[in-house]
Amino acid sequence: MSVTAERQLRLPKENYLTNNYGIKSWLLTGDHKRIALLYLASITFFFFIGGFFATVIRLELLTPRGDLVQASTYNKLFTMHGIIMVFFFLIPGIPAVLGNFLVPLMVGARDLAFPRLNLASWYIFTIGGLFVMYSVLSGGIDTGWTFYTPYSSQFSKSSVAAAVVGIFITGFSSILTGLNFIVTIHTMRAPGLTWFRLPLFIWSTYATSMIFILGTPVLAITLAMVALERLAHFGIFDPTYGGDPLLFQHLFWFYSHPAVYIMVLPAMGVVSELVATFSRHRVFGYKFVAFSSVAIAVLGFLVWGHHMFVAGMSVYASLLFSFLSYFVAIPSAVKVFNWTATLYKGSVSYDTPMLYALGFIGLFVIGGMTGLFVAALGVDIHVTDTYFVVAHFHYIMVGGTVMAYLGGIHYWWPKITGRLYPEGWARLSALIIFVGFNLTFFPQFMLGYLGMPRRYYEYPPEYQVLNVFSTAGASILAVGYVLPLIYLLWSMRYGPIAGPNPWPSTGLEWQTTSPPPTDNFKVMPVVTEDPYQFKPEVAQIG
Amino acid sequence: MAETDTLTTSHSVALVHQFDDPQQQRQAGELGMWVFLATEVLFFGGLFAAYTVYRLAYPDVFAAASNELDVRLGFVNTLVLICSSFTMATAVYNAQKGNRKFLIVFLCGTVILGLVFLGIKAVEYAQKFEHHLVPGLHFRMEGADQSKAQLFFSLYFAMTGLHALHMIIGAGMIFVLILMARKGRFSTQYHTPVEVGGLYWHFVDIIWIFLFPLLYLLGRSTAGH
Repeated sequence: MSVTAERQLRLPKENYLTNNYGIKSWLLTGDHKRIALLYLASITFFFFIGGFFATVIRLELLTPRGDLVQASTYNKLFTMHGIIMVFFFLIPGIPAVLGNFLVPLMVGARDLAFPRLNLASWYIFTIGGLFVMYSVLSGGIDTGWTFYTPYSSQFSKSSVAAAVVGIFITGFSSILTGLNFIVTIHTMRAPGLTWFRLPLFIWSTYATSMIFILGTPVLAITLAMVALERLAHFGIFDPTYGGDPLLFQHLFWFYSHPAVYIMVLPAMGVVSELVATFSRHRVFGYKFVAFSSVAIAVLGFLVWGHHMFVAGMSVYASLLFSFLSYFVAIPSAVKVFNWTATLYKGSVSYDTPMLYALGFIGLFVIGGMTGLFVAALGVDIHVTDTYFVVAHFHYIMVGGTVMAYLGGIHYWWPKITGRLYPEGWARLSALIIFVGFNLTFFPQFMLGYLGMPRRYYEYPPEYQVLNVFSTAGASILAVGYVLPLIYLLWSMRYGPIAGPNPWPSTGLEWQTTSPPPTDNFKVMPVVTEDPYQFKPEVAQIG
Repeated sequence: MAETDTLTTSHSVALVHQFDDPQQQRQAGELGMWVFLATEVLFFGGLFAAYTVYRLAYPDVFAAASNELDVRLGFVNTLVLICSSFTMATAVYNAQKGNRKFLIVFLCGTVILGLVFLGIKAVEYAQKFEHHLVPGLHFRMEGADQSKAQLFFSLYFAMTGLHALHMIIGAGMIFVLILMARKGRFSTQYHTPVEVGGLYWHFVDIIWIFLFPLLYLLGRSTAGH
């Protein structure tokens, strides 16, 4: 079988995209692959809305004085940027798009265990999104994405209730998606596909689903309490009734710290797949990488207090949370070392997905190491609520998650659409994103360490040089994000036919046609060997 | 999905296309409900955590406020729910045995007991309203710190309200099961929806088993009238 011969072929006659036509066939589909594309469209929409708010923020910060927007508008801008990016892009991003598309394919099943529930998840997500868009359009919301009480529950005059209800609703889409993944991975694996033959993407998706199941309901009930407090004087977080605003922070971070791992664990799963494929080498220490995902998910539930070191928590609690936070570094480092060791004596090629994967590793190391700075009690007091923290979590969320998301989208694009994207453009935009990202956020580390606080629309003039760097970087980053949108859309019609396995890679998803048929496999697969068994003779063709 | 029909012809009628065999389908359904119940535990968990925090912070006010609850009605409701768990378990047993008539009878019994519970709960809520014990609506409680007592009743209404909402959903679900059973959809081979519905119903009962002592009984003797 030769790749060039395959490229002259046409797309498979029977595939999930052409099986049915018309808007109804999409809106009523039970096919996990089509639902993944519905999510892809939704979260791309939200990404550019959130990106728009970020653009205005960076423009405002170009000059020390608040001359573009008013202070109150600025508060709304960073709040809506945060809410939309976190809850409507980063959290659903990789699980709902790539996870939905890949979990059944990777475990060798015809679909997820509950297809109608899967479609319902998308509708729930959309309804939640409509509430938040209503909140945005009806005057916006200015509490910060963290909704700290008592400001959010009593004092804010902005459209808090609609946003809170929207996120409450959206939470259930996460829960149902996680439920679907867990059940599918447990009960629907192909014959021979034991737990330790699963792709590492599945392990990390499984760990992510655990957090969806156990964390999201706590956020839901907490936000419900905020809504009750706003609408019905519930009193739980209100000191005049003996309530404690700090309880909100505990409950909120009990979910929202693990939510960081919801964002980064699937990204790590993607990177494991990419590193193995493009170094044509089995993943070094497979079991360690697999269990490190579970370890991160479990430890993630024990460290929420490190967001509250200056909130008035007891010093002993702070010490414990600081200590436990350091523990998360261990499984994270296991992953980084094992990816690096996978490269060793591999046959490394620098296709676009690999560029993103390598970018992820570098940026994740910076984001992770600065995470240790802010987990240290003394340093944290110096950098709390400064741009240092902003830079730190953007290195994880944007440098980590978004890089891996784009790498994954490029890697599986031939499987999703049956066509290849233009490699030259893709490499160029990967490079632009890497440069633009670092130029945007590295100066923010310095700004934060120098003492520039976050969430202010003005700043002393001595911070301007670094802010100009940051805004310049953001413009480069914007170009890097728009380019893939254009060429990926272009490639859906004009890209060369990919064939079933263009990279070529192992993994069940590559053993079916591209795009796959509605039931995924013409012949249901049987697994007889461990994952990532790259054959040298196939490598020569690639 | 055009091929669904061709695929399922070789399987039994109730088997949906993504599963290989009925056993896999049953496992998936049951595991799905267990995972969902794990979510539910943490959903209620947020309120239980808040309750624990304030119970420990204001033990005297909470004990006094819990004396305002009608422990007899709470006790009767506890019995009603335990009986409904028994009828539900019996319904599941009859579903496994393929005994359609008794399945329907016991499902109906479960729904009726569920509605009795909700009715008694409504009476309790009405009493609280009459006694000015609803937070935010002219709240007034004799001999206790007004604001903190109000916090107790906020938690009382939130926790029992969320529980009642689950009861309503559960009753609706069992009603659907009754309709399905009447149509003869269940057999000894296929009765996963009844089992899964039973799991949910028992879970909602267990939540009440925790709510009743926490809200009604704890501290009752120490803050006697």
